[in-house]
Amino acid sequence: MGAQVHGTQHFDKAKRAEIKFSDAAMATVQEMITRYPAGKQKSALLPVLHVAQAEFGGWLSPEVMDYVASVLSIKPIEVYEVASFYSMYNLKPVGKCTLEVCQTSSCWLNGAEDIVRYIEKKLSIKVGETTKDGMFTLKVAECLGSCGTAPMLQCGASFHENLTFEKVDSLIEKYKNENRLRSYTDLDYHNTI
Amino acid sequence: MGKKLLIHNDHIPNIHTYEVYRAHGGYASVEKALRTMSPDQVTDEVKKSGLRGRGGAGFPTGLKWSFLAKPEGVPRYLVCNADESEPGTFKDRYLMERHPHALIEGMITSSYALGAKTCYIYIRGEYFYVSRILETAIKEAYAAGMLGKNILGTNYELDMYVQVGGGAYICGEETALLESLEGKRGNPRIKPPFPAVAGLWGCPTVVNNVETIAAVVPIVNMGGEEYAKIGVGKSTGTKLISASGHINKPGVYEIELGITVEDFIYSEEYCGGIRNGKKMKAVVAGGSSVPILPTELILKTAKGENRLMTYESLGDGGFQTGTMLGSGGFIVMDEDTSIVKNLYTFTRFYHHESCGQCSPCREGTGWMEKILQKFINGTANESDVDLLWDIQSKIEGKTICPLGEAAAWPVAAAIRHFKQEFIDVAKKKEFKDVKHYYRLNNLVEV
Repeated sequence: MGAQVHGTQHFDKAKRAEIKFSDAAMATVQEMITRYPAGKQKSALLPVLHVAQAEFGGWLSPEVMDYVASVLSIKPIEVYEVASFYSMYNLKPVGKCTLEVCQTSSCWLNGAEDIVRYIEKKLSIKVGETTKDGMFTLKVAECLGSCGTAPMLQCGASFHENLTFEKVDSLIEKYKNENRLRSYTDLDYHNTI
Repeated sequence: MGKKLLIHNDHIPNIHTYEVYRAHGGYASVEKALRTMSPDQVTDEVKKSGLRGRGGAGFPTGLKWSFLAKPEGVPRYLVCNADESEPGTFKDRYLMERHPHALIEGMITSSYALGAKTCYIYIRGEYFYVSRILETAIKEAYAAGMLGKNILGTNYELDMYVQVGGGAYICGEETALLESLEGKRGNPRIKPPFPAVAGLWGCPTVVNNVETIAAVVPIVNMGGEEYAKIGVGKSTGTKLISASGHINKPGVYEIELGITVEDFIYSEEYCGGIRNGKKMKAVVAGGSSVPILPTELILKTAKGENRLMTYESLGDGGFQTGTMLGSGGFIVMDEDTSIVKNLYTFTRFYHHESCGQCSPCREGTGWMEKILQKFINGTANESDVDLLWDIQSKIEGKTICPLGEAAAWPVAAAIRHFKQEFIDVAKKKEFKDVKHYYRLNNLVEV
């Protein structure tokens, strides 16, 4: 307990003591644990980390990971090694809206690089950076399964497909006005049904 | 019009709800299997159908099921592989998003055949919203008595859960998927033991792709022999193809295995030809991992026969002149496309997705990406083409899981068929990416 992880992020005992799931999030987590046989609660780790990331500001601090370990009765290292393996968990703070632009083949063939450059210019940030107001983080992603509707970007639970510069303009405007954290666990997702 | 068995009800509004799905004949396979068939009879029908895994490997599904160990007192599991991440592939997402009950029905019928009382759908984390759609549908199925205890008044019981991943292509490999489902890093396991003997939590487990499981529904309904009449030779039934790239009508198409590649690309029923009146240059026929083929080899085999959309025909000629049906991720490139740049995006992908367990893959993918970056930067030498060839040849067959091959094959095929293009870029010391975008044409220059 209390180990430093990933170099730049340091463990803060006082912060750790304050971390606690809301009642609603805790109920979700408890339900997730029941999906697996008794004693196999570690299986819930990936979904629980998604809940934690949404609950605690869009990223997983060492303190949050430590807390998740205690909730699942596993060792903190078991959480760190998983959180650092998968691309959807942020180990550093991010903006309220993370724009993930797919850049693999079909999206590249359809102009994904121009979408990235357009967003960089519009928000005055480079890939991997966050706007000064903490609103947007820009990332590139590998194939998100939207090849037939390329180019596309994902923000939280929503897929924005068949992108044009105008569509990018309007979704950035919309997210700015809404001014809230966008998470993969959001229920108000946008999809193509 | 070809026969459709999986997405034939696409046009029906609200087909994603239990009520509408049921009203259009949904859950008939569950009724038939649980009321009139033994579990082994269901497996026999799947064997007779000739169904092959739709995730990419094409392994016979009935045979895979028959390997499942059945020791007394040990639970068995069915796990659905919904970790669709192969570049160019989006058919499982389409199926789950629009027809969630088709997957759930297939899961119930398949679980019955395998004697599983609990089953999981492992879905890639990026498809989080799709997991919501599935969970809503699962709730409906419980409420209708299709899940839970005493299904349809029989003594068969089944629980079904959805598990979301964390974003990792490697979790589409079945043992990495099981590791991930156990809450660990997605490192593939050494085989044997195979999951059929020691899978989820060490218990016998079958892992099948979404489309494979959904195909069990029509197989049970029509009978394996009838299903096997569709298609050509050992490529039976229908297949969902994800079509993308420079075509007029990208999207998911259900085809009868056996139509010609030419028909698929150029007919109005499917891709509708190459957009902007361009000529076709190359096709990746089965997801990023399979060898890319130039136009002349994707339309005709080396022997001059029409290439068909079947496992055998696409594979005709081996990797020298053929490719694979793979996951059915069909990426079409027009005459202006740079094969070098396309390969760069693939190799960057595999470098990003290598789990890091085996040195040849971990180091090789990164090295190949760096060399391809040199081509893009205009700093590559002609000898780098040979170096790329050398590296890919030292990854294949030297890793625990097939990600090594998946990373090596696209490099080998691009050089095999388009070597001159690589040499030209290296000679010119300059790389020019031709813009041939569709929706971004005539917009502001950035």
